Amino acid sequence: MVEFSYNLYLLLSAILFTIGAVGVITRRNGIIVFMCIELMLNAANLAFISATGIHKGLEGMIFVFFVMTVAAAEAAVGLAIFVMIFRLRGTISVDQMNLLKG
Amino acid sequence: MKEYIGILIILIFANLIALLIVGLSYFLGERKPKKVKLEPYECGMTTIGPARRRISIKYYIFAMLFLIFDIEVLFMYPWAVVTKNLKLFGFIEMFIFIIILLVGYVYVWKKGALEWE
Amino acid sequence: MDVKFPVDELILIAPEIILCGFGLLLLLIEVFLKTKSKSFLGILTLVSAGSALVFVLKLSSFSTDLFFGLYSLDSLGSLTKGLILVMLILVVIMSLRYVEREEVISGEYYPLLLFSTLGMMIMVSSKNLLTIFVGLELMSLSIYILVGLFRDNLKAAEASLKYFLLGAFASAFLVYGIALLYGSTGSLDIKGYLEVIAKGDTSTVLIIGVALIAVGFAFKIALVPFHMWTPDVYEGAPTSITAFMAAGVKSAAFVTFLRVFYTAFLPLIKQWGDILWLLAVITMSYANLTALVQQNIKRMLAYSSIAHAGYILVAFVTGEKILSSSIIYYLVAYTFMNVGAFSCVILMGRKGEENLDIDSYAGLSARHPFVAFCLTIFLLSLTGVPPLAGFMAKFYVFSTAIKAGYVWLAIIGVLNSVVAAYYYLRVIMYMYFRDPVKEIGRIDLSPSYILVSLICIFFLIYTGILPRELMLLAEGAVSVFF
Repeated sequence: MVEFSYNLYLLLSAILFTIGAVGVITRRNGIIVFMCIELMLNAANLAFISATGIHKGLEGMIFVFFVMTVAAAEAAVGLAIFVMIFRLRGTISVDQMNLLKG
Repeated sequence: MKEYIGILIILIFANLIALLIVGLSYFLGERKPKKVKLEPYECGMTTIGPARRRISIKYYIFAMLFLIFDIEVLFMYPWAVVTKNLKLFGFIEMFIFIIILLVGYVYVWKKGALEWE
Repeated sequence: MDVKFPVDELILIAPEIILCGFGLLLLLIEVFLKTKSKSFLGILTLVSAGSALVFVLKLSSFSTDLFFGLYSLDSLGSLTKGLILVMLILVVIMSLRYVEREEVISGEYYPLLLFSTLGMMIMVSSKNLLTIFVGLELMSLSIYILVGLFRDNLKAAEASLKYFLLGAFASAFLVYGIALLYGSTGSLDIKGYLEVIAKGDTSTVLIIGVALIAVGFAFKIALVPFHMWTPDVYEGAPTSITAFMAAGVKSAAFVTFLRVFYTAFLPLIKQWGDILWLLAVITMSYANLTALVQQNIKRMLAYSSIAHAGYILVAFVTGEKILSSSIIYYLVAYTFMNVGAFSCVILMGRKGEENLDIDSYAGLSARHPFVAFCLTIFLLSLTGVPPLAGFMAKFYVFSTAIKAGYVWLAIIGVLNSVVAAYYYLRVIMYMYFRDPVKEIGRIDLSPSYILVSLICIFFLIYTGILPRELMLLAEGAVSVFF
């Protein structure tokens, strides 16, 4: 039986979170940026679940439910905004969002 | 840990053999590219259009709605587990939750988002 | 284990229930009646906000934890809820005409405003990070949609996308921070952290968690270097929503930030004094210097709102519980100044032609003396000229810094206010001493804008001359930290 190691899970979640954060900064396609944000949220979920393992409380798991729901709501709002932008401009590249400047 | 070593060996061998076969045919094989040969389906039907068509935007709306109503079920699992202990409190809470969802559903329905055309 | 239904606690969250109920009701009315005129929905929104405000006032003397500690009712929450509701009422009065003028076809405008306000109210009155997170997201998600609601407007769509992506990015930071805090302490209640930190048990994970939460809030409050979205979103959004964001989101996020950090992480604030100090200086200076060169009045006000966040941070970094009442005072004054200023910006525009560049304001005093007068009052208050509330707010904030020993910070703050005076006074100068550059046509002096402007002016002058009452209220509010 392999020992449960909170630190290893935490490390994994930190790596996932960093990948997501770097992705948000470097990628140019709106949908992919959003997927990276989802990756960050899921990294947080992993951290919550593994923390539940050491604290034996349920709060962490409940929080995961809420994060998942919020992520779904964000996805719905985000897709609606992407569809709107695509209808107006024909592209969802973040680079070409340049009407607002100053 | 010991009982997993067999799996590890199989994993290594499977990967090696797969790499070997693909690699050998890549290095040793002779290639004479022609237009017909490079088409996605060399044998069978002639292709009639690009494979990467744009998906209609309507699917997005359905995906969005599905996602929202699908994820709400998540809250019913923990509720179902403890519903015996929660008694009336749990029932009323879930009732309010469902009512709010229902308002959303009626709204979506009346707004015409559930119709295909 | 049996759980009893806390019926008696329901009355204590009556304001929230009213807003939620009316929000749902308005959605249904909108789809079933398909009313052409949206002002009916607006009036219902006013009714709900008004009755919620009455309940908030009635309940303001209570101070108790509700629903197993997930929610709470205290003086800080009540004051902020009152402020947010008054702000909502002002924005809705403004919107009654604005929505008609811009021919908004979506009836979702008012329900979303209600939901967003509900999110703010939930956020400011909880001591549990789970509830705070849910409230924050309810607020943000509604505003992402509101920003892009004027559908055929490319700028609004772009602002909506930017706000959405950066807002979601920020909430990911916040959630991960909460996850780390939970991992290191096993608690989601902010009072729980206090005990852990008081024991001197500060692991690296906990410190990183707190830092990530601070970053999440800094995005919402728009502190440099997390401010990138602010000018773009404020410019692209419908002006009524800009007022709503500038006043409401900022107040709600700042109060929550204050509550979380002053309840639990006060030792860390003292420890990080230098970093926060620098952050306040950078925020003020960068925003003020950038605002100097703005030609668009909405962008200018956006940078000014970042600068004001910097001034408030000056009082925040001192970490003095008693003196933090100056933060509350500043937020209240700031809300009225900003709503008023944006109501004047709306007044200047017409459908499809918003007249946002500062040139449009040239010679305004000759043609529309009333508008010029109102805008002058708001800009003077933003500058911090006595006897307006903006002056007292700045005075309290900077004297807080001096009392806490941050003399240099106060001096930098005052210097920044002087720089800021240049760009506020420039607009006033344009209005009174320049000849008109372009024809802006008849402006739409609707009673709804005039009412909002007059309420804001009255409030600014009243609390500027007699700041005592509001200050006592603010002191009562921050007494929750003791």
